[in-house]
Amino acid sequence: MNRIDALFARLRSEKRPALMPFLTAGDPDLETTKGLIEALSASGMADMFEIGVPYSDPIADGPVIAASYNRALVKGVHVDEILACLKGLRAGASPVDAPFVTMISFAIVHRIGVAKYLDDAKTAGVDGLIIPDLPVEEADELAKLAATRDIKLIQLITPTTPRDRALAIAKSTTGFIYYVSVAGITGERRALPEDLKDKVTWLRGQTDLPICIGFGISEPEHVKMLAPVADGLIVGSAIVRRVHDAAQSGATPQKIAGDVDAYVASLRKALEA
Amino acid sequence: MSVAEPSSKVQASLPDALGRFGPFGGRYVPETLIDALNRFEAEYLQLKSDASFWAEIEGYLRDYVGRPSRITHVTRLTAHVGGAQIYLKREDLNHTGAHKINNAIGQCLMAKRMGKTRVIAETGAGQHGVATATACALFGLECTVYMGEEDIRRQKLNVFNMRTMGAQVVPVTSGSRTLRDATNEAMRDWMGSSSWTHYTIGSVVGPHPFPMIVRDFQSVIGNETRAQFLERFNALPDKVVACVGGGSNAAGMFYAFIPDKSVELVGAEAGGRGPISGEHASSLTQGKPGVLHGSLSYVLQTEEGQTEDVHSISAGLDYPGVGPEHAYWKDTGRVRYESITDKQALEAYNTLAKLEGILPALESSHAVAQAMIEAAKMSPDQRLVICLSGRGDKDAYEIARLRGEPM
Repeated sequence: MNRIDALFARLRSEKRPALMPFLTAGDPDLETTKGLIEALSASGMADMFEIGVPYSDPIADGPVIAASYNRALVKGVHVDEILACLKGLRAGASPVDAPFVTMISFAIVHRIGVAKYLDDAKTAGVDGLIIPDLPVEEADELAKLAATRDIKLIQLITPTTPRDRALAIAKSTTGFIYYVSVAGITGERRALPEDLKDKVTWLRGQTDLPICIGFGISEPEHVKMLAPVADGLIVGSAIVRRVHDAAQSGATPQKIAGDVDAYVASLRKALEA
Repeated sequence: MSVAEPSSKVQASLPDALGRFGPFGGRYVPETLIDALNRFEAEYLQLKSDASFWAEIEGYLRDYVGRPSRITHVTRLTAHVGGAQIYLKREDLNHTGAHKINNAIGQCLMAKRMGKTRVIAETGAGQHGVATATACALFGLECTVYMGEEDIRRQKLNVFNMRTMGAQVVPVTSGSRTLRDATNEAMRDWMGSSSWTHYTIGSVVGPHPFPMIVRDFQSVIGNETRAQFLERFNALPDKVVACVGGGSNAAGMFYAFIPDKSVELVGAEAGGRGPISGEHASSLTQGKPGVLHGSLSYVLQTEEGQTEDVHSISAGLDYPGVGPEHAYWKDTGRVRYESITDKQALEAYNTLAKLEGILPALESSHAVAQAMIEAAKMSPDQRLVICLSGRGDKDAYEIARLRGEPM
């Protein structure tokens, strides 16, 4: 069974949503990324990991994630090194069992070759893909190749997606639906749109797939508000910013992992409150 | 992917319903933008057969822009080169000094019809920014222009003029601080503002339907040229030359001639300081098929799909991608693309200035340089026409700086 399916089957019986941290691979370095995944997995604070593969022109990303991609690329991180890092986490004395979802631009996948990237990702223990610049119309070929490898193709539905289109996207999505909370780019927001819960509740009635919400989520109150309607919550910029701030102040990879674990724990607490 | 078809197979009726020119084009953008693109496409398909819309555009192009632009026989340059008769299609004589206004008028009129109150644009050399700021002033629309910090330095005059016309010019400090980064920022703005904002892309790049719509608004250049040649010479030109960055003036010039097999079409890319990665912007002659800014085309990128840094003396050609229809024309063999260095472009700029009293934009100087090479190999009874896409006033400061001369 794909780890993503197994996770949501388990969480449905536990009646709580998944917490899914987003990490920029290679910011400040892959050793830190690896340490973060190990720590958040060992503490049980993270249920699943979204691994951002740095890209030079990420138009869906706000300044925090875009800058983290740029830093990682300046340091020279490569896709094969990122996948090797993930593969290493699946092996060893205490292997990580949480699902890995890579978020990667189609510019990278296309240039490497769709089949080759999928094969390499599968070998590295990747369970799903988010390709933010591959809308459903362009995704047929990749979806087929991913399905034969049991890699989930997680598609996005946004506040600007009309309802009939949302249904079509839900039909061709596997693993879970990524519901984008706001019309805009990634980044921490104080308040989330008022109609967000209503929109997700409508979608909930149309599909059996798990629905995870991302973009803007950063405060314990967000988590508390969305927990009743979401199967998962994705936290990106707030974590990437913390990693960078800690690295800037000279913190060791262990200290960075500890800081982020404490932050994710604060969100987890809001979930249980 | 890049299997060359004989040019007899090249189709003029593209793109298809998915925005494809052969394998190129498409729509590789976040889901958040898809609805805005669908609405823009639907509006255009409706307006395409609406005679009143085209009559309105024609009115503005005639009475405001000053079209049709002239064809000038440059006899001293012709004698200097010693080959084909050389003609210029004078887009430099348009209001705002370049071809960019043709597209800005069309898209801003569409924005107004769609009920948008705000227009955003990216700009490199600033000509598209000026054209958009101009059209927004004319139609009473709020205007924001994203421009790389490096380009703001190179193109102070255009920045000043945009601000004077009421546009907000936002400096872009990410990446190489040029056109590519300005395009990223404009797309990020549109991700959150599309319900009240139209993104007026300035070239035949980006996701479908932009490459088609920008080409159609620019095709007035080629349509006029074709008609002017038939009227004046009762013959088509033997060769047509245009510069290619994103490729809007070239697409507008070439499109009318695609079915005319006797007309040879040549595009001149920015060769920069030479064919070394990072030193040029020759996407078609040096790049490979890849995805950038929403479409599949020839791109300068690494083996892992990261966009490479590029260089050109001309801010308008300083871009690592090119319109998908050019990629299609290249692979079908209908258009030949060549590379012109910074040095060759500067020499052509000086030559045209001294021999004809015409200061071409540095972008257009690439076309002039290529045309001089082409014309020299042709006979005096043949005719070559250059798309002189813009005038060179904006480049005076940068050229003086490069020469080490005070203004």
